[in-house]
Amino acid sequence: MVDNNEVSARGPEAHYFGRLSEGVFEIQRCGACGRHQFFPRVLCTHCGSEDLNWVTPSGRGTIYSYSVVRRKPEAGGDYNVVLVDLDENVRLMSRVEGVEPGELRIGQRVQARVAVEDGKGVLVFDLVEESHA
Amino acid sequence: MLESMRDKVAIAGVGTAGLGEAHGFSEIELLAQAASRAVRDAGLTMADIDGICTASSSATMWAMPVVEYLGLRPKFIDSTMLGGSSFVAHLLPAMLALASGQCNAVLVCYGSTQRTATFGRREVVKARALLDPQPFEQPYQPISPITSYALAAQRHMHQYGTTRRQLAEVAVAARKWAQMNPEAYKRDPLEIDDVLASRMVSDPLSVLDCCLVTDGAGAYVLVRTERARDLPHKPVHVLGSATAVWNRQISSMHDLTVTAAAESGPRAMQMAGVTHRDIDVIELYDAFTINTVLFLEDLGFCAKGEGGSFVENGGIAPGGHTPVNTNGGGLSCVHPGMYGIFILIEAVRQLRGECGERQVPSARIALVHGNGGTLSSQSTAILGNEIP
Repeated sequence: MVDNNEVSARGPEAHYFGRLSEGVFEIQRCGACGRHQFFPRVLCTHCGSEDLNWVTPSGRGTIYSYSVVRRKPEAGGDYNVVLVDLDENVRLMSRVEGVEPGELRIGQRVQARVAVEDGKGVLVFDLVEESHA
Repeated sequence: MLESMRDKVAIAGVGTAGLGEAHGFSEIELLAQAASRAVRDAGLTMADIDGICTASSSATMWAMPVVEYLGLRPKFIDSTMLGGSSFVAHLLPAMLALASGQCNAVLVCYGSTQRTATFGRREVVKARALLDPQPFEQPYQPISPITSYALAAQRHMHQYGTTRRQLAEVAVAARKWAQMNPEAYKRDPLEIDDVLASRMVSDPLSVLDCCLVTDGAGAYVLVRTERARDLPHKPVHVLGSATAVWNRQISSMHDLTVTAAAESGPRAMQMAGVTHRDIDVIELYDAFTINTVLFLEDLGFCAKGEGGSFVENGGIAPGGHTPVNTNGGGLSCVHPGMYGIFILIEAVRQLRGECGERQVPSARIALVHGNGGTLSSQSTAILGNEIP
């Protein structure tokens, strides 16, 4: 957890991408209502409070929906775009790496990972095998 | 209180220009042609226009060049930009301005040369990414807007068993209506298998699940009802109007199978004092085949999840149980960047009985539903050639 002084030193968007470029994935949790939110904002969309704290989520999530964008092979080939519901009950857009387009299914469990390239962090996901406890 | 507005304002004129391809014309030239035709259709002159509603997907101060080009001195100006639904959403503010006496005749207008413009799609996408960034989506390169609609379609298929074949029914129904509309851009035969076999763009949506890219302009004129009664055409009353926005980005949408049409629809129908049984014809913003399915459900014409079976077996095609998108829609008639104004124009023509071969017999009440962004803004209007 990062204290709020750091939050006020720069806006939530700059904080989020700054931490991401350090390889760290953080989301906001509201100090007033206890709920998480994504994307990061200066106020809580659940209760309006500005008392937001940065937390490291489990990174575990479930594919809510996906699409395979068709692209010519010479332009890099097909790629996927997914919406992931994190276990913290927030949704975000990302991609799943290391899968064939036909492998993706709604409901698959995924794990977040920060890929840092050229000093810039990008949040991506990997499929995980997980027994239904 | 809004219920008291249902007999106050009517559409007196409509006009279009440059539908399809309009080589050699600029956006504002097409807009002005459509505006001029709508004003003439209303039996008025441009000097009578003292209110303006317009929006552009590129110019941020669009009302000013439009006012300048048409030579207007408006007392009411609304350039609210909600994407393709804007020209449906402009209704309520314009009605309030007319009813209050702020102005006496409002021109709503739009024009685009999206098909023939030299400033291409690639440049537009690049400019948007800079001017209107979406830093939490852009890194993943969704094709805007289709991937967002594809995500909604995929979820709907997963949750309710909706099939690509059912989505294809929407495209085929639109084409069959278009074949009866001389103004429609695409009129060649289309079968379900053609849609299923067409090139995939962003799964599960293929190129024939997507709207056209055309040029075109549209305009309509609003006046108070008592004045409309003295003008050449039978007035088309604006009985209800409501707009709802819940999010901008698809990743911020709470449930991808439920749009804000579930709010705008009931509000508009309540204002109009009508129920689903009263609606004779439906004009929906079909940017993608999934839109029609989602909006039929959200607007209450069938239960959530039953949109696929609702459109099956030609259900919304000519001769089906419910006439939907009778001009051929954004899928087969016209779609110049933002399509919302054309669904209103088609509804007016249906209610005037001007639609020839595709005319819905004795249509009295129409529901018009506009969509904007990526299922982001939803605006519903109820029009009638009589006040129920």
